[in-house]
Amino acid sequence: MADPMKIRANLVGDSTEVKVLMAHEMETGQRKDAQGKTIPAWHITNVTATHNGKPVLAAQWGPAVAKNPFLSFKFKGGAKGEKVQITWVDNRGDTRTDEATIA
Amino acid sequence: MPLRVALVAGLAAMVGTSLAQTSTEEGIAQYREALQGGNPAELWEARGEDLWKQPAGPSKTSLERCDLGLGPGMVKGAYAQLPRYFADADRVMDLETRLVWCRVKLQGMSEADAKKNPFGAGNDHKSDLEALVAYVTSESRGVKMNVPLAHPKEREMYALGQRMFFYRGGTHDFACATCHGDTGKRIRLQDLPNLTTIEGAQKAYTTWPAYRVSQGELRSFEWRLNDCFRQQRFPELAYTSDAAIALTTFLARNANGAAYDGPAIKR
Repeated sequence: MADPMKIRANLVGDSTEVKVLMAHEMETGQRKDAQGKTIPAWHITNVTATHNGKPVLAAQWGPAVAKNPFLSFKFKGGAKGEKVQITWVDNRGDTRTDEATIA
Repeated sequence: MPLRVALVAGLAAMVGTSLAQTSTEEGIAQYREALQGGNPAELWEARGEDLWKQPAGPSKTSLERCDLGLGPGMVKGAYAQLPRYFADADRVMDLETRLVWCRVKLQGMSEADAKKNPFGAGNDHKSDLEALVAYVTSESRGVKMNVPLAHPKEREMYALGQRMFFYRGGTHDFACATCHGDTGKRIRLQDLPNLTTIEGAQKAYTTWPAYRVSQGELRSFEWRLNDCFRQQRFPELAYTSDAAIALTTFLARNANGAAYDGPAIKR
């Protein structure tokens, strides 16, 4: 089971600013270990964000994204107390969903 | 035609870079600023807080009664007053040493188990100690450094640390001061803080532990010292040894008066 994300969602003017930290290895599949064996790729492939169940962001990620990724985005609307939900899926089929309340 | 396009594009890029890179230091500063918004150290802080509060070890106790110098269970601001003398252990201890002590005394672990895996290496070798360090230090963010030198043993440690800082040795005849005794020195693109000045010591000490982007790990202060020793070709600095504590006492005390600002993020 993957470690939880850190999500912050703040109302700035008429839009919501969301900052997400994800705990993930993001292994590219390009590196070799001490024995010279290729370390298999293991990275997040899809990220989705929903606000009150409605999708506000969908992203496809590849091996170029750094380890323990930080994602920051804004969307129009949102009100204090409402929920923002983030989900990631990686290429091993592992997934994690966390939720934050807009402050 | 394609060539002309390429040339124009090349020229534009050149103008762009000369404007953007007024100095290397500024470029690095911009990079640091960009990293500031999302410091993955928070992931370690969160894991460390869980580890602190969850019962563990043979005696199935949490670390919540661990005395970091301000009384049992007092975490807020504790790191800003470490290392210090602990009467129960009759020893000056830095944070890592105290955490090991609490894991042994409160959680009933063996000394070897409590010290196991001090520096993490990826997903399969996460270090509980580094996570705990991240949590405890984060609870001192904004607190003024106030390392005591009241007890004779604290003064003894400080003096020992000072001697170590200036002591030249190893195959390269290096002292800590060889790299950290002058202003404006660099290793490749890394500015080296001058730890013999107050500002240098304050800026350096208050930003460790830190998340190292190049390693994808949060690194504790003992890791920092350990790696400096490696670069100096000194013998390996034993974890939680008096040598490590002495050097930490010297550097921490010299940072007194500055607000603690870690865990930070570094390249």
